[in-house]
Amino acid sequence: MIFGWMNQFAQSKRSQIIFFAAYVVLTSLGLYFIQDSVIAFLLLLFSILILYYLKLSNKAKWIMGFLILAILVPLSASHGSAYQSYMEVGTLVGIYAAMSLGLNIVVGFAGLLDLGFIAFFAVGAYTYGIFASAQASKFMPFGHYPLPGDTFWLFIIAGALIASIFGILLGIPVLRVRGDYLAIVTLGFGEIIRIVLNNMDHPINITNGSMGISSITPPDFFGISIGNSSQFYYIVLAIFMVVMYIVTKLEDSKLGRAWKAVRDNEIAAQAMGIPLVRTKLAAFAIGASFSGMMGTVFAAKQMFVDATSFTYLESTMILVMVILGGMGSVPGVILGAAVVTILNTQVLTEISNWLNQLSTTGAIAIPDALSPAKMQRLIFGILLIVFALYRSQGLIPHKNKKVNAEELKKAASEGSSSPEAGSPSPETALVNESRTTGGVDL
Amino acid sequence: MKINRLIPFFAVAILVFGIISGCSSSKSSGGSGGKTVIKIATQTPLSGGSATLGDAIRKGAQLAIEDQKKAFAKKGFDLQVAPYDDQADPKKGVANAQLIAANKSILGVVGHLNSGVAIPSSEVYEKNNIVMVSPANTAVEVTERGMKTVNRICARDDFQGPSGASFAVKTLKAKKIFIIQDKTAYGSGLAQAFRDEAQKLGAKILGYEGITVGEKDFNGVLSQAAAQKPDLIYFGGVYAEGALIIKQARDKGLNIPIMGGDGMDSSSTVQIAGDAVKNVYFSTVVGDVTKTEKGKKFADAYKAKFGKNIESYSAYGYDSAAVLLEGLMKAIDKNGGKLPTREAVAQSVRGIKDYDGVASKVSFDSKGDNDYAKIYIYKFDKASYPATEITQISKKQ
Amino acid sequence: MLQQIIQILPQVIIDGLTLGFVYAVVAIGYTMVYGILELINFAHGDVFMTGSFIGAAVLFFMMSVGFLSSLPSLIVFIIVMAITAIVTGLMGVGIERVAYRPLRKRNAPKLIALITSIGISFVLEDVVRFFAELKTGNYIITSPPLFNQKMTLDIHSVMPVFNKITFQSSFILVFIVTIIMLIALDIFVNRTKWGMAMRAVAQDRETASLMSINVNRVISITFFVGSALGGATGVLFMIQYGTIDPYIGFILGIKAFTAAVLGGIGNIRGAMLGGILLGLLEMFAAANLSTITHGAMGAEYKDVFAFIILILVLIFKPEGLFGKAVVEKV
Repeated sequence: MIFGWMNQFAQSKRSQIIFFAAYVVLTSLGLYFIQDSVIAFLLLLFSILILYYLKLSNKAKWIMGFLILAILVPLSASHGSAYQSYMEVGTLVGIYAAMSLGLNIVVGFAGLLDLGFIAFFAVGAYTYGIFASAQASKFMPFGHYPLPGDTFWLFIIAGALIASIFGILLGIPVLRVRGDYLAIVTLGFGEIIRIVLNNMDHPINITNGSMGISSITPPDFFGISIGNSSQFYYIVLAIFMVVMYIVTKLEDSKLGRAWKAVRDNEIAAQAMGIPLVRTKLAAFAIGASFSGMMGTVFAAKQMFVDATSFTYLESTMILVMVILGGMGSVPGVILGAAVVTILNTQVLTEISNWLNQLSTTGAIAIPDALSPAKMQRLIFGILLIVFALYRSQGLIPHKNKKVNAEELKKAASEGSSSPEAGSPSPETALVNESRTTGGVDL
Repeated sequence: MKINRLIPFFAVAILVFGIISGCSSSKSSGGSGGKTVIKIATQTPLSGGSATLGDAIRKGAQLAIEDQKKAFAKKGFDLQVAPYDDQADPKKGVANAQLIAANKSILGVVGHLNSGVAIPSSEVYEKNNIVMVSPANTAVEVTERGMKTVNRICARDDFQGPSGASFAVKTLKAKKIFIIQDKTAYGSGLAQAFRDEAQKLGAKILGYEGITVGEKDFNGVLSQAAAQKPDLIYFGGVYAEGALIIKQARDKGLNIPIMGGDGMDSSSTVQIAGDAVKNVYFSTVVGDVTKTEKGKKFADAYKAKFGKNIESYSAYGYDSAAVLLEGLMKAIDKNGGKLPTREAVAQSVRGIKDYDGVASKVSFDSKGDNDYAKIYIYKFDKASYPATEITQISKKQ
Repeated sequence: MLQQIIQILPQVIIDGLTLGFVYAVVAIGYTMVYGILELINFAHGDVFMTGSFIGAAVLFFMMSVGFLSSLPSLIVFIIVMAITAIVTGLMGVGIERVAYRPLRKRNAPKLIALITSIGISFVLEDVVRFFAELKTGNYIITSPPLFNQKMTLDIHSVMPVFNKITFQSSFILVFIVTIIMLIALDIFVNRTKWGMAMRAVAQDRETASLMSINVNRVISITFFVGSALGGATGVLFMIQYGTIDPYIGFILGIKAFTAAVLGGIGNIRGAMLGGILLGLLEMFAAANLSTITHGAMGAEYKDVFAFIILILVLIFKPEGLFGKAVVEKV
């Protein structure tokens, strides 16, 4: 009875909005007043997830999500010393989320396992790094380098283009191989790109080899030099919004459905007249282009690139984000990226600092070999196993757009009867349950 | 709701609880005993492949901070160490640097191990005026960017490499040299500097080959070296690979001198290479610490505290932290015993002249390089660590 | 140029074979699990690593008891191998129980196992490091010398085009032991009842279960055998190269996986040959690339060279060198 009533309450649009507004106000006030509280920051970010589950129109969700991320989060975090550190986390989450969305197209939509995805990120990063530093003058016969910071905006597009060219290059040999053979070819491709970038200091010095490229010009926005994480946050947010828009549009487009058809059954898809080559190459090219864009931003943010940022482990990390979030599910993948990035850059560091504090103040005695400062990867590994075992379909599993045939028929025969008035149908109850578990897991 | 559905919830709850108490505990300790907390951060790889070196720096720094704890307590400050793990990853380093910047009680950083991490991270330090004293970054670029917060006490590649080369060519009379490097910023920087100088001095470079860090089999490269019959092999890189190269080279019958940089200066070199280590030379930035009274005391204290023998980087770490604290103390005095700003600390550290550390004397020049950085050449006569000192080379003025 | 390549060729082949055998046995672990479950067990590289550490621990223990001096080293070696193989085998079974079986029961997507295996790798690496550091204060472990007599084969005096070959006596050990392991495995898979059950499960899991084959037990046994082989190879690796650290499993895992695919994943003989081929290729590239390209590309490109060969092979023979082309039925 009570559950039924609560369900009804939770389903009502107005109470949801009230609850959500209260939550957002509370957490942002919390962040505003307790600046050092990572919890408040994370809870405020969590509101995006709640927003996703609200019963609102898509447009309203987009607008509210944008408002929260673009205005509320920076504003309420901006008053303390931890501002840049929060924004750094936000920037990294944006970068990884966009990359995961790119990989999601390749792995989640088109079903092509890619273990070398970081290569495109590297290509984007090096594209900007080479031309926005003195490096380019070492091999380019013409032009004056470093290019000024306002070319950065062009390089975002250039990074996307060059990365997608590399995507197609990778795609060509890959078209003949399938499944796990594909995985190893992409792994090899990623390693080849990394090793080549790490060695191209002779015979012609293009990438400065393992010394990396430093002193990269920061971007320039109408005369303002962009150097802080809080400024990059907005660049990343803008690109991320664009990427997300493209992905959601693509998912239900002709191309998106073609990808899914290829994923589910290649031969059947081919028989239905889907051009395999073009569809697969499009997946690689589009996925790669997102990565390339973010690579450009990454190079500008770090002001330094070298090949150590683009190892095989990074590729698997992005794949982990995609699979953990739920392959093929756009919100899931974003959540996966956010969870993994926040865990790695913030939460685990905080926890190990806290444990370290305890051990130095003598609250608990830990032998030096077990020093908590060294345990980040261990904790991360355990969390991965736990997540995978208990959310094996991903944090937000992928759902195909469903058309309820019976309801359609009913609606056609009975005219207008709103399903919301009665007790919740089994279908909505099911959705509800998955919602509660989905919420709990974060 | 089955119980196993709740398990992840519990896991998350514990995590969240951890963070909450983490934050609250850091706050409660903030005012412990009415003293203002000053923290010195260390940022080095504590997990992953190069953790031995990173951990040695952390331990050294920790010892220095504990040594000074009393002196600071007298002035009303509670001095603490805050170790961060950069995992030898530039991204992680920058993210940690942001966290360090956000933590107002941190007034200085000892780190990093990898130049590739130090360069982007120092951009963040510079923006937030946090002084960094590096015990191990030898890449030229680290201080060459003209930052007011970045200092190092070790010698640069463009000093160490050439010193090694002139020793190899002039003293060891090497005419044909085969160079191997590990394709990291450190290894290639050193090997390049060595190669250029050796060529200038008239030696012939038979090969310049790269290996992969983390692998254990270098026989391919060494077969090539053996075929070319060099009279010296130079390795730019760290002991984990270097010691294996020594061992495998000896197995190939290459009983020629092998030379390396300060990355080879570790007890593990001897442990891994065993008897093969004879006739191996290396250049390093620290003299034999245990020779001096002060150094011996440090080594004993280190052993007593951590149950381990010192590594070369332990002394670097100790001195970096000690120099930082010296600067900090001066800044406090200048500020009338009150907590100085980060800027003041950075200025004060840069201004340090003739500080007498455990491993080396320290005077920073206008770029933050150490005027007293010296290069020592060592040789392994027998399979034991430390090696015997052959010669010293002072910085060219 | 050619003269130098030929001169060092015998030595390169010997070194390549040593590395190749290690790859081959680890690759078998990948291929066996893949053949049965169609899942890439990324934790296998770290099982290999753990095996090498367990071997070192057993060896150090025997040394402290004094066995090492009183027994001939061959017997010590056999004991170490046996203990390690059993322990890592059981560990493999445990990993399957914890990380893969629950997923299989829940019909989770195939790729989710990738996440648990990566998680297991992280945990194994760090746990091993903790123990090593706790015991010795350093996680790079140097094993006590066994079978490290130097041997020289003077083929130079017979065939003057070649240089003479030098190697450690452990090379012969690696050579013999891996061949014994490979033959035993081949017999096990092709001649025994359990081997037949394994092949049946690999072919069609459901039909096999209808034929009263206990599929779960077969999977456990597969993991046991694969992991035991991996662990035993860890011991061989330790003896051959003398030093181990908790991160050797990562690079070696990638290489072995590559080898398994090169030979045709799921095919045991393919994995053996793929491993040996990859070892030879790599060693050849490391020794000769800069001679061939006149210094433009050095040994650092050896992995690029190996991967390019792999990609070429897969383009022309997408199912690997020894894999059977699967015709997809519509």
